Amino acid sequence: MFKCLRAALLASLSLAFAAQVAAQRNPLAGDPKAAKAGEYEFRINCALCHGLGARGGGRGPDLTAARKKHTHSDAEMFQVISNGIPGTAMPANGTNGQGVGMTDREIWQIIAYIRSQEVKTPARPVGNAAHGKELFYGDANCSLCHMVAGKGGRLGPDLTSIAGSRTSEAIIDSVRNPSRRLAAGLTEATKEFPQEYETVTAVTADGKQIKGVTLNEDSFSVQIMDMSEQIHFLEKDHLRSFEKTRSSAMPRYGADTLSDKDLDDIVAFLMTGVAK
Amino acid sequence: MSASRLIAFAAAACLCCAGSSAQVTSERLVNSAKEPQNWMTYSGNYSGTRFSGLDQISTRNVHSLVPKWVYQLGSTGKLETSPLEVDGILYATGQDDRAFALDARTGRPIWMYQRQLPADIRPCCGRVNRGLAILGDKVFMGTLDAHVIALDAKTGAVIWDVAAADYRTGNSFTVAPLALKDCVVLGVSGGEYGIRGFIDAYDAATGRRKWRFYTVPGPGEPGHDTWQGDSWKVGGAPAWNTGTYDPSTNQIFWPTGNPAPSNRGAGRLGDNLYSNCLLALDADTGKLKWYFQFTKHDEHDWDATQVPIMIEAGGKHRIAQANRNGFFYVLDRTSGKLVSASPYGKQTWSDTRDADGRPVAKKEASPTLQGHTVCPGALGTTNFMAPTYSPQTGTFYVTARDQCDIFSTAPQPYEPGHAFYGSAYFPSEESEPYLGFLKAIDPATGQTKGMFQHTSPTWSGVLSTAGGLVFSGDAEGNFIAFDASTLKPLWHFQMGGAVYAPPIAFALDNREYVAIAAGSAVYAFALP
Repeated sequence: MFKCLRAALLASLSLAFAAQVAAQRNPLAGDPKAAKAGEYEFRINCALCHGLGARGGGRGPDLTAARKKHTHSDAEMFQVISNGIPGTAMPANGTNGQGVGMTDREIWQIIAYIRSQEVKTPARPVGNAAHGKELFYGDANCSLCHMVAGKGGRLGPDLTSIAGSRTSEAIIDSVRNPSRRLAAGLTEATKEFPQEYETVTAVTADGKQIKGVTLNEDSFSVQIMDMSEQIHFLEKDHLRSFEKTRSSAMPRYGADTLSDKDLDDIVAFLMTGVAK
Repeated sequence: MSASRLIAFAAAACLCCAGSSAQVTSERLVNSAKEPQNWMTYSGNYSGTRFSGLDQISTRNVHSLVPKWVYQLGSTGKLETSPLEVDGILYATGQDDRAFALDARTGRPIWMYQRQLPADIRPCCGRVNRGLAILGDKVFMGTLDAHVIALDAKTGAVIWDVAAADYRTGNSFTVAPLALKDCVVLGVSGGEYGIRGFIDAYDAATGRRKWRFYTVPGPGEPGHDTWQGDSWKVGGAPAWNTGTYDPSTNQIFWPTGNPAPSNRGAGRLGDNLYSNCLLALDADTGKLKWYFQFTKHDEHDWDATQVPIMIEAGGKHRIAQANRNGFFYVLDRTSGKLVSASPYGKQTWSDTRDADGRPVAKKEASPTLQGHTVCPGALGTTNFMAPTYSPQTGTFYVTARDQCDIFSTAPQPYEPGHAFYGSAYFPSEESEPYLGFLKAIDPATGQTKGMFQHTSPTWSGVLSTAGGLVFSGDAEGNFIAFDASTLKPLWHFQMGGAVYAPPIAFALDNREYVAIAAGSAVYAFALP
């Protein structure tokens, strides 16, 4: 009897939530208790990639921005969490091999939590995007290593879509402290994301030194892009030495090298001016 | 084993199969050491050693090992299967409760069983299965919808199919069953859902349940008073990895998992027996002979479900386990008393011992509302990765990781079929990079006497062989042969997919093979 009642309860709950999915709105919107429950669900299921407080991790976008990269409405968000995003690392609910997956109700709780974390009216970047573009491709030397809209270097991350995945504060922190995230180490979520931008130095059997960033590595081989963007495929047991540091190949831009105002201009270019 | 001994074993196997094709008697399972050309149980033998007596592939020639065949499942998700190989046929399982038989010489398929699973199952941690058991002319499998099934070993046809528990409340099977005497033993998964854990034995011929041992005692049973109020009803303590069997005492040694909710001890005050225990059960009745609890009142999801290995040492009957909580335990198998407990990885949760020598948790290691860092992390120093013990080197080899997590806790009401963690864990931003190892532990001292550091942590199991070798895989897709004495890599092959499974060894036509699943395929290797 108990089993029957329980089954009936489960069935009725499922029906209720199925109806709400169809209605395409979050039945738990604005419920602080649901948002709190969603915070714990988020930690189990999402924080590995999207970071604590949904502020972005090594792999997943920052979700605190009101305007998101892939999804805007509650219904879209529900679909993305349920089904994943093809062609990206975002898996369908319950398929990432860790955790148990979420019920519809738990997904709505997570959406309530994400909404509660959103910065509703983010301050527009204060800088001058046109000047930032000049600096990016000019005196600040960003484009030697970073690409935007197909123009620039390959050593560092492509920043074309950075506005959709990182806050201005995160970009500023990355420029001022480029090694901070690398120092925290290779986490489970990011280890399948091989381009970690560690600085490595290999010395071949004939004494040639190769310095650059790893594109991929395992216990026996490494792929290095050197500072002139040449790619080297090396077997470790053929090397005289191989060293890597958890410091970024990107130089640290202090305020003496790049003023706060110029950095604001570059951020403005990356956040608002890329398409222009 | 020399080449000539290998031929003798192969000849004996041919004579055997001429008379009784595919009949795997319980005597053969007990005497598996006499036919190292076959791999007939999850760990290769009842002792759990995952040691192969084959020595054709050795430290001298392993550098020339080559792949002989690859079988692609064509499905997505992890493979955690440990294949069986009996008289030329390899039996294994795949994602979504596939089971299949291959010609072990060529990798060509003989049959494939694909279970029609209900749409609303919610198994934790991947739709995985760790393998089959074989007895007589049947293979046995636990399913994600909490059934136990027997398949015809020749055709894959279903002989019997029984429901063990309700999948809708979170029960499932991912474990490879253990066949012994005339029955099949297996334990349930679902510690993430607040199930009430159990270990079952089924009549191999009919599927009739012979006994059940609830890993959470009910009212009036010993140990029930270690649960606060009604918390026992949703107490977890699953049993999702394969135990071992001592035919000389007719006892099963089966490990159990975490109490539920995993990250919240409030509401279930007490030791929470028999969560995180090693249980010694009578194989005929399921009656408890002794238990040893590794982590009392666990709040960190440190299932003690790691494969225990029976070790004979100077006339002493031991059983050893590299536990998820970061300690390597050696117990007296006769009494269940602790012999030693030694850390084999980074741990911050215990710095004192009780009167028995058992590590005791610091009060401040408990999860907090805001969360704080404890080592090892929730994934543990090791996890489901099958270890191995080589009697040749007297060494226990295990896949290990150093990782810490932030553990937090919060009240959570129980809802049937819903995740029941009592909050969560997540990577500690302050922790060092996650490190992964193959570690060599001396069971006599508990000391780690050698290690190989992987590029990143791996989920691969480990095999040792009489060829002086240890085999394991890595997260980057390599299958690696190590010198068992030094853990120096002697050979590797890039399989193109991460490894979540343990290797096995078998022999056919005077040729030794090692096999392992990686990515979504099964690989077999041999000398040219």
